Amino acid sequence: MALLEATAATRPQAGLVGRFPALAVLEYNLVAYRRTWRAGVFSSFLLPLLTMVGFGVGVGAYVEAPVAGVPYLDFLVPGLIASTALQVAIGESTWPVLGNFEWIKIYFAQASTPLRVADILGGQLGFVLFRVLTSSLAFLLVAAAFGTLHSPWALATLPLVALIAAAVAVPVFAYSSSVRSDSYLALLFRFAVIPMTLFAGVFFPVESLPMVLRWLAYASPLWHGVDLCRAATLGVAPAWSVPGHLLYLAAWVAVGWWLAHSAFRRRLVV
Amino acid sequence: MVEPVTRDGILIQARGLVKRFGDFTAVDGIDVDVRAGEAFGFLGPNGAGKSSTMRMVGCVSPPTDGELQIMGMDPRRDGPAIRARLGVCPQLDNLDPELTVRENLTTYARYFGIPRRVARERAAELLDFVQLAERAGSKVEPLSGGMKRRLTIARAMVNEPDIVLLDEPTTGLDPQARHLVWERLFRLKQQGVTLVLTTHYMDEAEQLCDRLVVMDGGRIVAEGSPRTLIERYSTREVVELRFAGETQEAFAGKLDGLAERIEVLPDRILLYVTDGDGAVAEVHARALTPASVLVRRSSLEDVFLHLTGRTLVD
Ligand SMILES: Nc1ncnc2c1ncn2[C@@H]1O[C@H](COP(=O)(O)OP(=O)(O)O)[C@@H](O)[C@H]1O
Ligand SMILES: [Mg+2]
Repeated sequence: MALLEATAATRPQAGLVGRFPALAVLEYNLVAYRRTWRAGVFSSFLLPLLTMVGFGVGVGAYVEAPVAGVPYLDFLVPGLIASTALQVAIGESTWPVLGNFEWIKIYFAQASTPLRVADILGGQLGFVLFRVLTSSLAFLLVAAAFGTLHSPWALATLPLVALIAAAVAVPVFAYSSSVRSDSYLALLFRFAVIPMTLFAGVFFPVESLPMVLRWLAYASPLWHGVDLCRAATLGVAPAWSVPGHLLYLAAWVAVGWWLAHSAFRRRLVV
Repeated sequence: MVEPVTRDGILIQARGLVKRFGDFTAVDGIDVDVRAGEAFGFLGPNGAGKSSTMRMVGCVSPPTDGELQIMGMDPRRDGPAIRARLGVCPQLDNLDPELTVRENLTTYARYFGIPRRVARERAAELLDFVQLAERAGSKVEPLSGGMKRRLTIARAMVNEPDIVLLDEPTTGLDPQARHLVWERLFRLKQQGVTLVLTTHYMDEAEQLCDRLVVMDGGRIVAEGSPRTLIERYSTREVVELRFAGETQEAFAGKLDGLAERIEVLPDRILLYVTDGDGAVAEVHARALTPASVLVRRSSLEDVFLHLTGRTLVD
């Protein structure tokens, strides 16, 4: 048996995974996802299709006046791309993270290898981004097929949804790794995801909100994402400055990373 | 094998090693040396601090105080480099139940930067070694406890480690499964792999360990090979006498001077002696008629119970 022939050649540290160990964590998640990806792809296309039909043909028929100068469906689509990114990002940063600590305990297995906390966190984030990017791409293709995209800038929604996803997923990592029961995760949906989806400019411009709610919308990462995505698909200037939006979302990522790193460390290094 | 990095071939060296959780001291200043190629055991009851020690050695738990060197490196600073050369089999299996047996090995190998092709080859080799080759493609979920344990041991070998840490490798397994695990670990030991294991099974410690420490309440209470420990803390043989009647106490007085040490239990009396048959003859010569007599060799269990007491720790 070759068990003992451990030499420099059988201890490879080179290669992409050697240089970026987080990729090994991403790879593990992709291997696990292989079991369910078909269902994932199906729902990634189903949701936007239903949206186009439901809102375009159904609701759109009632909203006859253009919103922000464009047909309602065209106004709505970028908002839905951003809010779908939010939903997928939060879905992938709640139950899976709690489960990896509480049920499967795979994080503890990973922590006993050369991986550092940052690698485990980075790999998990990589998988969230993969899920968000693939479902956003599906949404974008359907949206293009229905002629709701007005500008080649629409392609910019892909990096934008990645940024939105990171801005919400990373702080949620901190939350999911700090609670011990999944009843706390439902609270997050009730008190953060649903209000954000309803009031952060996805379905109607935030300008129609009373001042207090409007400022809450401004504070949420989703509104910044929606404003950027809408500017991209409609080919217009966003309500805020682009660097302002990007910096605000980047700040969520940075603060979130710091919180998530300490929360993961507290669990894994004791 | 990679050359041991320290002088004298000492792979793990602990001096005054302490682990505290808040006010509670789980490991209370232990000194340990583990040499390359040996099988070293931590024997102790539940709560003795065995897992806390293993986790410090595994570089997932920073020592609160004291010194710890692993392969000449400092766990506080060189955690990833040390972990790259360790194989860890934790007390509770943390396999992914949704992945296949093979995928559990190949994905884990990737955490060590092992190329995919090598990972697949090694997985096949290790699954042969732990006799799980036929289950390679099936999910982990339905496997028996013994199979999961063997898979965890295979996983710990995937990076061809210099030291394998096994925290209670056979707890909860049925006798057949235990013996199979022992046999595999014995093979690893023969191949020169350094094994560090914890157990509260005496037979396991006797079977596998070249040297061991007995831990109790976070401290080391004895140290040596199973043989020397038995010689030092017990006698060569033990006579177990069972007297009919209410209490054994009544008979204990009549056995004075028969043994180096006499232990009275609720259901029997133990005589620690050099010559068991001689002691039994003496008992009969005193006109005592125990309902049952058993002469056996002294075991690590006698040492263990002598050192850590008979009170149940849960
Ligand atoms: N993370 C922790 N926080 C607080 N106490 C702990 C922790 N881990 C272990 N302990 C305590 O430390 C003591 C030793 O535990 P452990 O090392 O697991 O013992 P063993 O493995 O010998 O059974 C126990 O009393 C246990 O409750
Ligand atoms: Mg333990």
